[in-house]
Amino acid sequence: MDILLDIQEIYHHIPDEAIGIIADQLGLSKVDVEQTISFYHFFSLEPVGKYAIYLNDSAVANMYGRDDVAKAFEKELGISFNHVTEDGLIGIWDTADIGMNDQEPAALINGEVFTNLDPSKVKTIVSGIKKGKEIKDLLSTKVEDNIQQEGAVLFSEYEVGLGLKNALALTPEQVVEEVKNSNVRGRGGAGFPAGMKWDFCRKSGGDEVYLVCNADEGEPGTFKERVILTTLPKLLFEGMSIAAYALNVKQGIIYLRYEYRYMKANLEKVLQEMRDTNLLGNDIGGKSGFDFDIRIQLGAGAYVCGEESGLLESMEGKRGEPRNRPPFPVQKGYLDKPTVVNNVETLCCVAKVLINGSDWFNEMGTKESAGTKLLSISGDCEKPGVYEVEWGLTISEMLDMVGASSVQAVQVGGPSGTCIDPSQFNKKIAFEELATGGSMIVIGQERDLLKDFVLNFMEFFIEESCGSCGPCRSLTVTLRNKLLRILEGDGTQNDIDELLSWAGVGKAANRCGLGQTSARPIISTIENFRGLYEDLVKTDAQYLSAFNMEEAVSESCEVVGRVPNIKSH
Amino acid sequence: MTKNGKLKFEIDGKPCFAEKGQTLIDAAKDNGVFIPSLCHVEGVKAAGSCRICNVKVNGRNMTACTTPVEEGMVIDNDIPEINELRKTIVEVLFVSGNHFCPSCEKSGNCELQALGYLYQMLVPRFPYEFPIKGVDASADHIFHDRNRCIMCKRCIRTVTKDGKNVFAFNGRGGEHLHVVMDEELASQLTEAEAMEAMEICPVGAILKKEQGYIVPIGLRKFDKLPIGSDIENK
Repeated sequence: MDILLDIQEIYHHIPDEAIGIIADQLGLSKVDVEQTISFYHFFSLEPVGKYAIYLNDSAVANMYGRDDVAKAFEKELGISFNHVTEDGLIGIWDTADIGMNDQEPAALINGEVFTNLDPSKVKTIVSGIKKGKEIKDLLSTKVEDNIQQEGAVLFSEYEVGLGLKNALALTPEQVVEEVKNSNVRGRGGAGFPAGMKWDFCRKSGGDEVYLVCNADEGEPGTFKERVILTTLPKLLFEGMSIAAYALNVKQGIIYLRYEYRYMKANLEKVLQEMRDTNLLGNDIGGKSGFDFDIRIQLGAGAYVCGEESGLLESMEGKRGEPRNRPPFPVQKGYLDKPTVVNNVETLCCVAKVLINGSDWFNEMGTKESAGTKLLSISGDCEKPGVYEVEWGLTISEMLDMVGASSVQAVQVGGPSGTCIDPSQFNKKIAFEELATGGSMIVIGQERDLLKDFVLNFMEFFIEESCGSCGPCRSLTVTLRNKLLRILEGDGTQNDIDELLSWAGVGKAANRCGLGQTSARPIISTIENFRGLYEDLVKTDAQYLSAFNMEEAVSESCEVVGRVPNIKSH
Repeated sequence: MTKNGKLKFEIDGKPCFAEKGQTLIDAAKDNGVFIPSLCHVEGVKAAGSCRICNVKVNGRNMTACTTPVEEGMVIDNDIPEINELRKTIVEVLFVSGNHFCPSCEKSGNCELQALGYLYQMLVPRFPYEFPIKGVDASADHIFHDRNRCIMCKRCIRTVTKDGKNVFAFNGRGGEHLHVVMDEELASQLTEAEAMEAMEICPVGAILKKEQGYIVPIGLRKFDKLPIGSDIENK
């Protein structure tokens, strides 16, 4: 991966010659190297432009005016999206959510992030590029943290190093027990109990164990990892050191999504600070023999690499295709060694638990969801941003908190979650009721839910599926096409029922979470907003062919130079 | 654990025995039970991509090719829910490619077609996608037709030349993924190697050139009995 990342940065693509050299050096066929390149969004076989502009097309970006910004780029440059200017200087590209939903429209230009764009800023950027300005000087913009509410766990008082100090006073087994007792559950979306995962890892044995921090944060609408990495990196690193002690890990890796490349330099700087204060490196905290260090591995643009086994495949330099389980990463993970993959927020919670105790953690939250949760809230609300709340908050309370009124729906947990209607706003945000990794999108009354959200989410899953499993790869396309027919007014009641029944196949048949939840946008909106679908059905007929004869023969008529004579048939 | 250290489990109520470490699909075969699959190759690490070998393991959906047998497992294989799921997946594969059986050289020997017959698929319930897929005829002895490829990865996992993969994926996702052949390596394949590749492919996507319709109708693999009969009628 690092080889390709470096080449892509220098040449703005991976030249054929480079592929040949890589293939020779690694003993692989050329197509083998290309299969890795072609998997990741930010690797390309063709040049992407000396200045490669990636404008994200997430649902929220579209809510905040992405379309106008896109049109402005196309007008200024005289090219359409996914093309490069003739002189090779500038390329404009679509990309999925880049973790900036609280300050959209946002774009990446050669790894730097530009937020709150509008057509006039587009002009500034383009003229700056043409004048040969440095990327950093194109626009005075910065990524805001937008921490709207600080809570009792992550954003509370923090004495750096205290958690690790407390951990080192216990045995590794005792540390695992404490984490189990705290009932910390994974905060990336899956919610697996961290203590249990650590326990399984210890039981696997072996003296080469790896710890991976999942900082891929790809679920659209999630941007809380971004804020932790920017404002609380030491808390994360301390959490990792504690985990390393408990699990007998020498090497920790942070898998950082490519879109957060802009923060890598600062993270490296803080890592060095940790080493300088003996919280990382050799004989950490004075404990002889406790050696642990962390390196940062960048991703290259693939939502499915947020799936822990897809992530491990990516770390090994391959396509990020999720693995078959069993075996699980705690048995055979990175390089076939026992590996614990934990989310950024989870590791931060662990550090705080070792500071304040598991009892303290359990006092907050609900019966099955201890502690607090960072919510990244965006959409039609007055105060988008990051909020730390106790588990158990209701959606209504959340909407009051962010200043949202006249709400049509709330997308809980991103596209792979659930879309709920006002009758369900009294439900609680908790693993046992409405689970989320943090993503919350508020959708106002005036929005077209089906066209601007459901369709957008289905396109996202089609694009991001790794393609290994037939049902995930192809059925989402079938579902999307049927949805399009309904949106175009060619649907029947039968179509709605079929959508629901076909959508159910994914959960049973697919290997990983992406495939299992790829039909959720359709399922949850048919369940909660069936009326919207029915409003688009204009006929009582069981079947509408929607076949347009003129359209169907137009291409062949053009080729042979004829005008179709359909009416007389 | 019973009988010579073998693991005891059951499939559809039938008592079965497996070696420790055996996968469900292989153990089932040894016990005369057919669990269908399109991507499984005996002796090769399971891909788990076609999802057709889906069974219920103690009530949970899992793929038989990736699941090692455990003592006391209760497997549901030949039940309506699972068969319906398999039929659905077969239909998904048919509509996502261009499978014209009447003119295909693999007809009669094709595992996808055979499963279509097994599940009595008359016409897929899904609309045909009619994707535009290419063909690679650049090599001397081997020919690759992507219209028929179901992306089972059997070729990717098994066909090598000098230790390098001849086949690989290209792209990602529902609309931009296909299998490609390394031009240089493919042109080096011998006739025998092309034949092997053709036989490992479950459908007519990989063909040996100048082979055509060599086996007459009536003598092809699935002409007389449904797929899986060789396992069930041992």
